[in-house]
Amino acid sequence: MADIHANREALEACLRDAEARGAMKMVFLGDFVGYGADPVWVVDTVMGLVAEGASALLGNHDNAVSDLRESLTTEAQIAMSWTRGELGPDAREFLANLPMRIEDETRLYVHANLQSDRRWLYIDDRNAAARALQARQAQAVFCGHVHKPAIYGINANEQLVAFQPVSGVAVPMPPYRRWLAVLGAVGQPRDGNPAASYALLDTKKAEITYLRVPYDIGATAAKIRKAGLPESLADRLRRGH
Amino acid sequence: MGKRRIRPGDTVDGYVIGKLIHSGGMATIWEVSHPDLDMPMLMKAPVLNEGADPAAIVGFEMEQMILPRLVGPHIPKFIAAGDFMVQPYIVMEQVPGEPLLKCLKRLPLPYDEVAALGAKVAVALDSLHSQHVVHLDVKPSNIMIRPTGEAVLIDYGLSHHDELPDLMAEQFRLPYGTAPYMAPEQVMGHRSDPRSDQFALGVLMYFFATGTRPFGDPQRLSGLKRRLWWDPPPPRALRPDFPHWFQEIILRCLEVNPAWRYPTGAQLAFELMNPDQVKLTGRSKRLNRDSFTTVLKRRFSEDPTAPSRIGTVASFGTNAPIIAVAIDLTEISGPLAVALRVTVAQILASLPGARVACLNVLKQGVITIDTTLDDEGRNKHVQRLVELKHWAEPLNLEEGRVSFHVLEAPHAATAILRYARANFVDHIVMGARASSARRTLLGSVSGEVATHAPCTVTVVRTRRYQRTEYGEGPNERSEDSWTVG
Repeated sequence: MADIHANREALEACLRDAEARGAMKMVFLGDFVGYGADPVWVVDTVMGLVAEGASALLGNHDNAVSDLRESLTTEAQIAMSWTRGELGPDAREFLANLPMRIEDETRLYVHANLQSDRRWLYIDDRNAAARALQARQAQAVFCGHVHKPAIYGINANEQLVAFQPVSGVAVPMPPYRRWLAVLGAVGQPRDGNPAASYALLDTKKAEITYLRVPYDIGATAAKIRKAGLPESLADRLRRGH
Repeated sequence: MGKRRIRPGDTVDGYVIGKLIHSGGMATIWEVSHPDLDMPMLMKAPVLNEGADPAAIVGFEMEQMILPRLVGPHIPKFIAAGDFMVQPYIVMEQVPGEPLLKCLKRLPLPYDEVAALGAKVAVALDSLHSQHVVHLDVKPSNIMIRPTGEAVLIDYGLSHHDELPDLMAEQFRLPYGTAPYMAPEQVMGHRSDPRSDQFALGVLMYFFATGTRPFGDPQRLSGLKRRLWWDPPPPRALRPDFPHWFQEIILRCLEVNPAWRYPTGAQLAFELMNPDQVKLTGRSKRLNRDSFTTVLKRRFSEDPTAPSRIGTVASFGTNAPIIAVAIDLTEISGPLAVALRVTVAQILASLPGARVACLNVLKQGVITIDTTLDDEGRNKHVQRLVELKHWAEPLNLEEGRVSFHVLEAPHAATAILRYARANFVDHIVMGARASSARRTLLGSVSGEVATHAPCTVTVVRTRRYQRTEYGEGPNERSEDSWTVG
């Protein structure tokens, strides 16, 4: 799961869905806070899951909580100022200590990109994907940050293949090829589909299934408005944009 | 990656290797058996030696992804796949019979035989497309006919699945396909249009019915691209007795712009199975190729195959269904017939690619052979057709989108169901009579159709009011006077 962005309803929906589908391990690709109105609940929940064996990575919004040099858009900056005032010392410490990358067997998990730390480049096209796959030799790389699902692969002819995953359809990621899976966002989808997005990886079958989970967007938007955050942050959730 | 050579008598993961069936540049195919599986099977293994075509391995991986996801009689049943790192292979059902390639010796074939064959392949393509796959290599050697009659499409090495990454899509210098059969858009590198398969089938039917390949067998890209602007001689130029309806169908399949072909394989099959309902256009009469200036103009115009559609492979079928409307002619101006027409109009409004088959069942006694003339001596069959057309008139459907069929059968529901199955109907629309004691006793036609139909059924009813207010209407009829509804 990537880019939860303090969206409690979306995270709850995804956690329920993943549990029902028998997920055995959770990996969170960062950006727990920012934009949304539930940073405290979200960070607290993730801390609890990490204590039970889940993995979590640092995202640029998580970094911005303590790193004032982190550059954000105007709206994100407004939300970040508010978020800083909400989070307690435990949450701040948890976020400050998150790792930039996690390696697990042949898999590499990152928030944004693989080339350099803390530059948070977007892997949003073929060229960026090709550069990212050249930068590291991991067989399968998983990232978020873009908020739009995509799969990139290198075929037997050394060519890059780009693909838009379809919700609920398992896509083979055979171990003899290299893959880069860009997850959609749990808490702020931007691909025109407002449903929360996450993915299930079946390491035995070597398949990834992207999933879309509907959640109570109205409740989330109402909280954003009530917190006095920019209206556009509430509005964009309904449009998935 | 495994590179062990497979030899007859070897055992690979429990599969005993038998006779070598095929050895080509891309793959080797063996007959195999397994102690636990009592069926004829084939093992297909990619050619992996040095200098092997990289497309061979990419194609094999595509087939390994696609085949296990396909179901139905038009696909060889997938049995197993080998671990790619150890020994890549696919084991599948050995489809009984021989590929259509064997027909090549007998060309040209009779028109009826080619049309029947074409209809079977069109149905198989429709099944494939509805499962998100464009075959992209439809040709005689990739088509088998089961003893039960269904066409089977084999070899998914060049196929495109619209819900899976397309490993073939990128940067192979030449478009992959088989030169005589490749659709123009495929030549230009577009791999996601299901109507490309229809073009290949059009080439196949042209070839089988005339003995001549419409575009020859070009070996270079420039020769392949010629089909974007150069039209082949109309079949009637090669065989003067070539039926108009068949030329119409084949030339429509061979349209350069995919949008001018049939919207779905099922609609193509429908035309091939109903020659008398084919709408004849200028295509059917042509005896010559287009003039030099017309061809020249096309040569330098924009690429007509540039993809313009939005949607997926499978959504094509859902946007262009075949809708069968069963109409009870005893009440042709009554409220139910009107309601039926309103419902059909509403369905058609959102589906510009849909076509409508208007049905009426002419009841025949089981034992006595009914006379075809009614009491006043009119031909019942013709009269019914006239009435069906009259019913459909207000729908304002252009010719080619609507057809009329009088089915002669002793039992209405059976006749409608048989028609729906034979013509791959997607949606049946029919009326239900007001309740009657008789219907309760015998069961309703619409109820029976809805229970057994292979597709969606819409049962249209006029609003019914409480019995206490209105009671049974005066229009109640007995089952004997029932035609359809």
